[in-house]
Order: sequence, then structure tokens, then C-alpha cells
Amino acid sequence: MPQWIPACATDDVDPEDVIPFEHAGESYAVYRSPDDVYYATAGHCSHERELLCDGLVMGGVIECPKHNGRFDYTSGKAMGAPVLVDLRTYPTKVEGGTVYIELA
Amino acid sequence: MTAPGMVVVGAGECGVRAAFALRENGWTGPVTLVGAEPLLPYERPPLSKAGLVSDSAGPVTIRDAGAYRDADIELVSGVEAAGLDTGAHHVELADGRRLGYERLLLATGARARPLPFDGTPVHLLRTHADAVALRRRLVPGTRVGVIGGGFIGLELAASAAARGCPVTVVELGPRPLGRAVPARIAAVLAARHVAAGIDLRCGTAVGRLAPTGTGITVGLADGDAVEVDVVVAGVGSVPETALAERAGLAVENGIRADARLATSAPDVFAAGDCCSFPHPLYDDRRVRLESWRAAQEQGAAAARSMLGGPEPYAAVPWFWSDQHDLSLQVTGLTDAAVGEAVRLRPDGVELWFGLGAQGRLLAAAGVGPGNAVAKDVRLAEMLIARRAVPDPAALADPAVPLKSLLRSPVSA
Repeated sequence: MPQWIPACATDDVDPEDVIPFEHAGESYAVYRSPDDVYYATAGHCSHERELLCDGLVMGGVIECPKHNGRFDYTSGKAMGAPVLVDLRTYPTKVEGGTVYIELA
Repeated sequence: MTAPGMVVVGAGECGVRAAFALRENGWTGPVTLVGAEPLLPYERPPLSKAGLVSDSAGPVTIRDAGAYRDADIELVSGVEAAGLDTGAHHVELADGRRLGYERLLLATGARARPLPFDGTPVHLLRTHADAVALRRRLVPGTRVGVIGGGFIGLELAASAAARGCPVTVVELGPRPLGRAVPARIAAVLAARHVAAGIDLRCGTAVGRLAPTGTGITVGLADGDAVEVDVVVAGVGSVPETALAERAGLAVENGIRADARLATSAPDVFAAGDCCSFPHPLYDDRRVRLESWRAAQEQGAAAARSMLGGPEPYAAVPWFWSDQHDLSLQVTGLTDAAVGEAVRLRPDGVELWFGLGAQGRLLAAAGVGPGNAVAKDVRLAEMLIARRAVPDPAALADPAVPLKSLLRSPVSA
């Protein structure tokens, strides 16, 4: 049963940046685009399970901090070697200054 | 004789990336990838890290077997390339097979430099088989002598310590990581090794190795001696150029390639640890880069050149090293810098920036727990790529986001 889970306050994430979010033992990454749209993906890179929240966010892309695998964080799409498997993405919504992500 | 197509000799990170990149760039003819080791191509970075610490660690394959089938890449494993005839455009394999090629990539890598001591068993670390042989010896209490305080030496020292082995590291230079890492960053790592109980001895050479009844005596030039059970050498690597040299290719600190990674022979390219090339970001200085990412990027770049691409290879050098709970990242060529700026972040992490004579950013390095330096070093890499001349005071000021310096003036 999908549930909306509060992940962070809207200003916990800088524009064009990412923060980690943990829920029920799983890691997620929450992104804020330069025009203040929020996105959420799986927290680990699909290549060697590095935590993505330490990576650089720029131009709609998150880069793995270790091996520079690149993903479109709005769609989760892997953008080429070394990353070959897309990231899982999660719906987000903002209510009353809180960012929620929908988890199954 | 098989139908000619693209042949890649060397199935490490570079050769594998090149083979797949040929497909990604639209090549539909034959692709043959030749590797000397009898394993599905695997990642080398873990060999000195998790691959040593865990007894169960197998090789971490780069792609699974199905990926080669799906991409129609013929993988020839466990066979060395024995000869190359650049006139006839064919490679001879050690098993007698002959592979014709339209274009050839030499991605033969490098091998661990051996120590000049005979009669004493010394471990080297380059292959998965080397890692398995070494970790079998690393039981708790085994005294380990590591010769060389470079990346391999220090990573395996940390891994051996994690397995409960007392470790002594002997480094000829005045400090570890002398060639590629700035002093203040290397000092952070050195202190971490000492804190982990590793006996780090710099500024002294190994004069002799002598087996004793109970172990091996490592005799040092300063007159001291250390008794150990296992000796591992991490004293650098030597580019694998034998095949190229026998075929008459130009060799200069590796197989000599031009800016497109083309060698001196027609239709023959070189990439990865085995080759040197002029780097456009550093006044076309000839460099040979030994790193996982350079292997990947050069493999992809060579594939594009093999298909006629005109672009020079210009990626900014970058590498990482994991030691204990710290991770180092370095970008650019640190030895090109004549000035520096240092940023001390509120979290205690130090970042070093190397500047050229006109203030251009040429290199950066940082070390911290986990991936703490990744974002900043990545931004430095982007600044280096655009030839930025950032304000040194801003580089040193932790309150100035490095991202904001992407608007810095650039050098002509």
C-alpha cells in the first residue's frame, strides 16, 4: 500500500543539490532542482552501491561520488557506463513546507 | 583467419570499455577482445581493498557474460597476443590463431614492477590470482612487510591491518605517496596509518631480503632490520609494451600515441596504462595515466578514434584511493602546480588546490571520511577542464561554494 512519507523540510535541500533520507532501513536521495521542484530516487548508485547523496548535482544530473556514473535524477535514467541500470524514482509532493515521497 | 574487424588486445577496464564503446558508437562489424587472464574481465581497484580483506571476495566482473553475447563481442580469454604484424594487419595469438584487423587497439595495461632481489619469495599485486595468493597468507598475527608507500602499498597495508596483521611499510622517499599527492594531504593519510598501528618507515631503502628459519629479514639501508613473515612489493608498475616494441611501434614511457590515441603504426591505437599521449590541458605534456577512470575514458575515446572521430582526448586526470576509513581523491596533475591554495572546511576536511604561474587551476586533492571530498574535487575537475583562473582567496574560503567559482574568468 503506497504511503506518503515526510522526508524533509523544503529548505533542508539547497537548490540544485541532494540530501539523503532513510526510511525503514532503506536509503533514498531527495533532490531540489534550480527551479525548486523536488525529486526522489533510490539512495544508492546502481553500479557499486555508493551513496549518491555525496555526489555532485548539476543540470538535472546526479553523479556517483566514486565512479562518476551519471543519472538523470528526474527520471532515474542511467546515462552510460559505468552505470547501466536506471535508478528507481519515487513521486514527491510538497505540503506545508514539508517534502513527502511516496513509498510502496 | 577470421573476418577483419576491430580487435582489442587487453581485456582490462580499458579494453572492455573500448569494445562496448565501439558498439555504442554504431560499429556493426566484428569486435574481438583478447585477454591474457582466464577469467571474465574484472575490476582491479578492489584487489587491494575489499578483495584482500574478505576471504570470499571473488573477482568483480566488469560486465556479465551475457553482455558480451548481447553486444556480439567475441571474448577470447586466457590467451596472450604473441605477435603483431602492422603491415599485414594481423595479431598472432599464443595458441597459434591469427586475427586480422581493420583497426587494432592495444590496451595491454601495465604489470607490477618486480623487486631486484632473488631467492626470497615476494608477493606482487596486480591480478585476482595475486590477491588470492596474498590474502591466503594474511591470517591474524602474520607479520607483513610492504615495500613501497605508494597507492598499492598503502591500500594493501590498510587491508592487511584490517585482517589483524602487524604491518611495516618501507618507503624510499621522505614521505608516502610522494609523486602524485601534495604533502599536506599525504600527511593526513600517513597519520591515519600510524594511528592504525602500522609501522611507517620513510626515507630508507630496502638493502636486502634474507629468509630466516622463522620468516624473512628485511634489511634496511639505515642499518635497521625488520623481521616479517610475508613481503609484498608495491613499487610501481611498468607499461606492457613488449608486443608493440616487437612490432616496431614508437615507445616513449609507454606506447607512444598522439592526441587521438593513434600510435605510430597505421590503424593501431593505444589506450590506458600502456600508453603515453600529449595532454592538451597541460601544454601537450606527454603523460601516462594509471587509473581506473583514465582507463575507462581512454577506452571510450580510442573507440571513437578507431571509427574516425577527430576529437583529441582531453579528460582531466582523476583518481581515488581508499585507505582505512578515509578516501582520497585527486584531479589534475599535481606536479604541474607552482602555487597553492588550501581550504579548511568546517568538518575538518582539508582541500588542496594547485595553481599555475598565471593562477590557472591545474590540480586539486582532498581526503576525508567516506566520500566527503567527492563533490568538491569534482567541481575542481570541472574548473580545471574549463581552464578557470579562480580567485585564490575564494578557493581558500570555505564559505564560498566551489560551484560559484564556475563563473571564474578562464585562461586563454
